[in-house]
Amino acid sequence: MSSIPSVGPEGAAGGVEMRDLEAARAGAAAARPRRQRLWRIVRLVVPPAGVGMAGLAAWEAVVRLYQIPPYILPGPLLVVRTLVKDWGTLYPSLLVTLAIAGAALLVATVAGVMIAILFTQSRWIELSLFPYAVILQVTPIVAIAPLIIIWVKSIPVALLICAWLVAFFPIVSNTTLGLNSADHNLLNLFQLYGASRWQVFWHLRLPSAMPYFLGGLRISGGLALIGAVVAEFVAGTGGTQSGLAYRVLESGYTMQIPRMFAALFMITCTGVLIFSVLTALSHLLLRKWHESAAERES
Amino acid sequence: MIVRLRNVDKVYSNGVMALHGLDLDVGEGEFLSLLGPSGCGKSTVLRLVAGLGEVSRGRIEWSSAGAPGQPHGDIGFVFQEATLMPWATVWKNVLLPLKLRGLAPHESEPRVREAIAMVGLDGFEQAYPRELSGGMKMRVSIARALVTRPRLLLMDEPFASLDEITRFKLDNDLLALWARQRWTVVFVTHSVYESVYLSTRIAIMTARPGRTAGEVAIEGPALRDESFRTSPLYNEYCRNVSARLAEAGRA
Repeated sequence: MSSIPSVGPEGAAGGVEMRDLEAARAGAAAARPRRQRLWRIVRLVVPPAGVGMAGLAAWEAVVRLYQIPPYILPGPLLVVRTLVKDWGTLYPSLLVTLAIAGAALLVATVAGVMIAILFTQSRWIELSLFPYAVILQVTPIVAIAPLIIIWVKSIPVALLICAWLVAFFPIVSNTTLGLNSADHNLLNLFQLYGASRWQVFWHLRLPSAMPYFLGGLRISGGLALIGAVVAEFVAGTGGTQSGLAYRVLESGYTMQIPRMFAALFMITCTGVLIFSVLTALSHLLLRKWHESAAERES
Repeated sequence: MIVRLRNVDKVYSNGVMALHGLDLDVGEGEFLSLLGPSGCGKSTVLRLVAGLGEVSRGRIEWSSAGAPGQPHGDIGFVFQEATLMPWATVWKNVLLPLKLRGLAPHESEPRVREAIAMVGLDGFEQAYPRELSGGMKMRVSIARALVTRPRLLLMDEPFASLDEITRFKLDNDLLALWARQRWTVVFVTHSVYESVYLSTRIAIMTARPGRTAGEVAIEGPALRDESFRTSPLYNEYCRNVSARLAEAGRA
């Protein structure tokens, strides 16, 4: 078999499509200049950083101008100094919180995807179980955390369960939606070529669900941290020394407000870090093909 | 004869009767167009032939011994939209039917390369669908349908969403391929001009519920090109087919 001639008999008919092909070939070959990429990063970082710096400067100025005592509101410079001074106490707490949030996110991801797959196996399973997933999601975690801490002997496991309960729902809900969103014509095509259930799942449903799953993962990342912190607060009242939330509580009791701010600052940074890592992961997996991540041609 | 539809009814679950008493013969090696007004069940005919739906009454008969019940192996399908997997490259999209059948890479590779070359997309193997124009996406879709070397190629208004210039180009390329390979093509369209240009035979369908209201054999030149589009013979066929279509509409 040989290739068909690509140039049409009438100039106009063949010409446009060929120009199309050539333009696309050239586009694929051309590399994006490095300077342009650098400029994009600068544009992305400088404005929010500027706003942040201005806010911090205003905060410091207000604290100094009105001579607000540090036990009411410490200035950002004092917070930073406290952060450095108390690093030996705060850093191990950060690791504890991070470990619980990370483990909860991991379990939420694995279990969430598995539950979503179960839901898509049959409409009956989904209809029977989905309401309970919603009930677990809407019940306030602060209300059930004490119970879990009473029932589960190991505190880390209890914290993990609390964080998981908060984090798993977006993954279940989004992944279920994604698995059900496979293009119907592609489903027909798979049927036409005699694809097995497993092949449809692996080659069609799973990749179709990827953008939805990653969207859910980004939400769950933040929720896992919130769940871990809330659970620590509850457990902390039971006298367990552990993560950053306990440091916040402890600092409140002893009026070490600068340290409270330092711990709070670390929690926020951890949240931003988790979000950034998951955003980068999402971008990496989708940038080639999905409209949300692919660059728009100008 | 490759496939024969006899007295076929199709009623959808919502009660809509798409086809009623449809008879259609598809001959080996012919380029048959199904022409009819929008919503007359042309696509339903293709879906039934492809095994993507069950007839409500009547029967579909296949000629070759192994075919009945298992027509899938011999059929290529091109949808109205390109229907590509956006997460997969051109290569992987074209490879899909062979992969689903479990062909070893050393067997599938030359066939994918050949199919991509046939539609003139060599050099684009690693491109993603979003990087391609509408016409190029449709070429990938055609390559995917051809990669299994089907006996029967079913095309459901494949060029309807393309601009006229691209459509003319793809019409010509499709004809050139068909002249070389001589698979059987069933081509659904609502364009009189396109059906006359491409087909060896046109089956005209009535409005819903669809059935065939008549046939026109097109005795055009064996290898058609743009000169056929402007010939008196072509105009004559177009006039004739239009009149038959209008007649079918009134019936």
